[in-house]
Amino acid sequence: MKDRLDALRGPVPPLAHDARAIAALAANPGCARRAVLDAAGVDKELTARHVGFPAPFGRSRFAITRGDAFEAQVKESGCAELLRLLREVLHLPIPEVAYHDVSDVGAHLRHSHTRRLIDRAARDDGDAGTFYDHPLFALEIAGHTSYLEPDVIAFRLGGRFHVVEIKSFPVIDGQADPVKVAAAARQAAVYVLALRELLRELGHDPMRASHEVVLVCPENFANKPVAALLDVRRELAVLRRQLARMARVEDLVASLPEELTFDLARDASGIPTRPAAELADALGAVAARYAPECMSACDLCFFCRDEARACGSTDLLGRHVRDQLGGVATVSEALALAEGAREPADGQDEIARLLRYAGELRAECLEGLELEGAR
Amino acid sequence: MSALAALARLRAVREGRAQRLTTVRHCHVSDRPMVFVPFQLAGEAAAPLAAMVGTDPGSPRLLVVPQPRDRDLRFAFAAELAEVVLPYVEGFGKVTETVERRNADPYERCLDAPQLVLPNRQGVAFTGLLGRSTRFRRPDGPFPVHPSVPVLGRWLTFFAERASYPGSSLTLAATDALAMHWASGQSDLEDANLAALMGWIDPPPGRTGLQAAEEAEDPLLWPPAGPATDPGFDNEVLAPAIEAYAEAPTAAAVERIRQAVRSQAEPAWRLTWRALELLRALPAGGSVAQRWDYDRGAFTDFLTRTAEGAPPQARRDGAVSAAARLARMERARASFDAQRAYDDPLVMAEYRLTGEAFAGNVVATEPEHTEGEGRSRKLRPLVTVATADPVRLAPGTTLGTPDRRGQEAEVVEVEGGTVTIKITKGMGRGKTPAPGAVPEVGERVCYTSVTDDFQAAAALPEPEMTPWTHGGPPPEYVPTDEDAGEEWS
Ligand code: SF4
Repeated sequence: MKDRLDALRGPVPPLAHDARAIAALAANPGCARRAVLDAAGVDKELTARHVGFPAPFGRSRFAITRGDAFEAQVKESGCAELLRLLREVLHLPIPEVAYHDVSDVGAHLRHSHTRRLIDRAARDDGDAGTFYDHPLFALEIAGHTSYLEPDVIAFRLGGRFHVVEIKSFPVIDGQADPVKVAAAARQAAVYVLALRELLRELGHDPMRASHEVVLVCPENFANKPVAALLDVRRELAVLRRQLARMARVEDLVASLPEELTFDLARDASGIPTRPAAELADALGAVAARYAPECMSACDLCFFCRDEARACGSTDLLGRHVRDQLGGVATVSEALALAEGAREPADGQDEIARLLRYAGELRAECLEGLELEGAR
Repeated sequence: MSALAALARLRAVREGRAQRLTTVRHCHVSDRPMVFVPFQLAGEAAAPLAAMVGTDPGSPRLLVVPQPRDRDLRFAFAAELAEVVLPYVEGFGKVTETVERRNADPYERCLDAPQLVLPNRQGVAFTGLLGRSTRFRRPDGPFPVHPSVPVLGRWLTFFAERASYPGSSLTLAATDALAMHWASGQSDLEDANLAALMGWIDPPPGRTGLQAAEEAEDPLLWPPAGPATDPGFDNEVLAPAIEAYAEAPTAAAVERIRQAVRSQAEPAWRLTWRALELLRALPAGGSVAQRWDYDRGAFTDFLTRTAEGAPPQARRDGAVSAAARLARMERARASFDAQRAYDDPLVMAEYRLTGEAFAGNVVATEPEHTEGEGRSRKLRPLVTVATADPVRLAPGTTLGTPDRRGQEAEVVEVEGGTVTIKITKGMGRGKTPAPGAVPEVGERVCYTSVTDDFQAAAALPEPEMTPWTHGGPPPEYVPTDEDAGEEWS
């Protein structure tokens, strides 16, 4: 299996997924294309660019600077500020904490270093707290290990671990953008899961990693951080379900043509030389399930949207419309049903009747308007 | 999303052009709106970067914060914005009318009200944040600001709050207003991009909606309509310009930033005005004026309170006022939905499709049908309507009709393709119906269970009686020095 995935990717190391990418897996669980590419560790961003559909996910320097500055501020002097916040939200008397920066060691060692530290921490149930900054977790995704570099901190006190996530979106008068909070919760759930897996592997009780994560954000319009506990049980359940489904990527891969590869054929300086059309064909060999939500979640979104347009898919119009259409796959098919130009297939009677009647009602109501030439 | 709207989107795909979702316009479009296109610095909570604002499409005012992280410059921006916004808003206070009321004293209401128009919903949210970050400031004390700043903050807060009030037109987000009236051939997520949505509705000559929408996604051709800027613009144009200003804050450095942000704001400015033009061209629905009356009332009220020195809006509602607000919003939502259906056959069609309304021709009537005996004998005309609609209404359901708004009716029987109804209200006291009060055989009618009933507000305690389970009575809001001096970094 591993060989097969390596062949799909080509002779480059697999791309490490960050938690954002893993959390996004759950955003479109039904997409085989994404499942295969991610399982193989293909660089989707570069792939999308090479086939002429670069992803629209630029980041502003200002946002990056601001995010880094905020994080640095929270972590300053061995996380002094963070400690203050944790005392508040966890209601714990924390006299003192130790601080370990896992990134002190080389990247290749970070994972084993993280393991060792967490193992030692799990055995020690003294009441001094410990921060672990820049841990490197591993998570089995589709039978394939992905390394996670969380921009988070694991915090241990007594026998419990908490994941601490630092985000730079503001909490204003106790309220934050729900979309951003939800995204943060999804990401944090990935870390909790990875931490639990690690504890399990090491023979400890995985539930020692709490489902309550600490979210740290700037408060109001100042840079002062504020912390809140976020319960990510629901996100964990979704993620687990999704990973279980992805574990079956083998079946997907097995059904793909033997010679299929997404190899970019990079030259010595890393520039892809694979003919773009050939690469696009290779992508097309794995079924996608485009949804407009891809536009904020997946590097291949423009490519897949273009493909969906080319086949006139109703997926383009979003889930609301799709739900209304009861699964009719293409725009022309739906219109043909609405206009009575096509006999409904089995199970389509209801939707055909509805669409036809909708068409009649529209015609009845717009009759006068079209005459006036109003659009 | 209804099947009708879904069908409209399918048609839009095929025709390459947006399709109408309504036959009339359901929002008010002012003769003199103020368009406000704000931009914020990426990564910051509410750091204004620039704004294009004004009432004349031909001469916008461009306000710029050359160093968005500089607190003083931000307040200077707020004061400048106040210079534009406040005279516009307060100007509407000058002309009033006297509104007579039954069982209550007459009151004064402004003859017209301001209308703030933003390119999109995010712009509205940013307006709220700007309001939040300025309304508690004070002209005196340890952190003085220009006296107009806190007043501006209150107004921006007011506009942002009105935006979420169903049926209110004091604040419009162009994308939302357009999407209420047109179905594009893309998803509602993509409709949030003003240029793309406008591409579908109003493509340039020779282009399909799809082509126009695709072009609209290129930030070089169509910069985002704010408040977020394009990251590419930030990195390649704005950042170096701000750095140059930081090194030498000269007039030339400021001008460079102005040029840069003007290039980003101008397309959105033009699009927003064009959106208003398109909306204005639609005939207004029957209830639009009435809702605008209500808006004028809300505006007058806030203007008066502000003039009387009321404190700024609290940071958060107490439990009772939050519940009252929610109840008000729900009523407004129900009422707005019903009014749109009554004003617009195409909106009513959605209820016909789901069986909550039906239309058809009258096939039989019994105009002098009565119920009860003696003194309590009442006229209850029966009307039988033949309809092809899939009616799903149980006998006894209360009905209203757009054709005779004062009347109420009740379902008597639904049988095959006919519905018999009984008119229960609005028949007067006579023994025979007034001419025209009962539809005649052959007349086309429409009845629906969707009604715009005024329902008495749920009984909520006064704020000072908030039960302890809901946090007890909220402390009266008194602005503090701390509020006034809150960091804005
Ligand atoms: S963009 Fe394409 S590959 Fe990515 S999740 Fe969507 S459909 Fe799948």
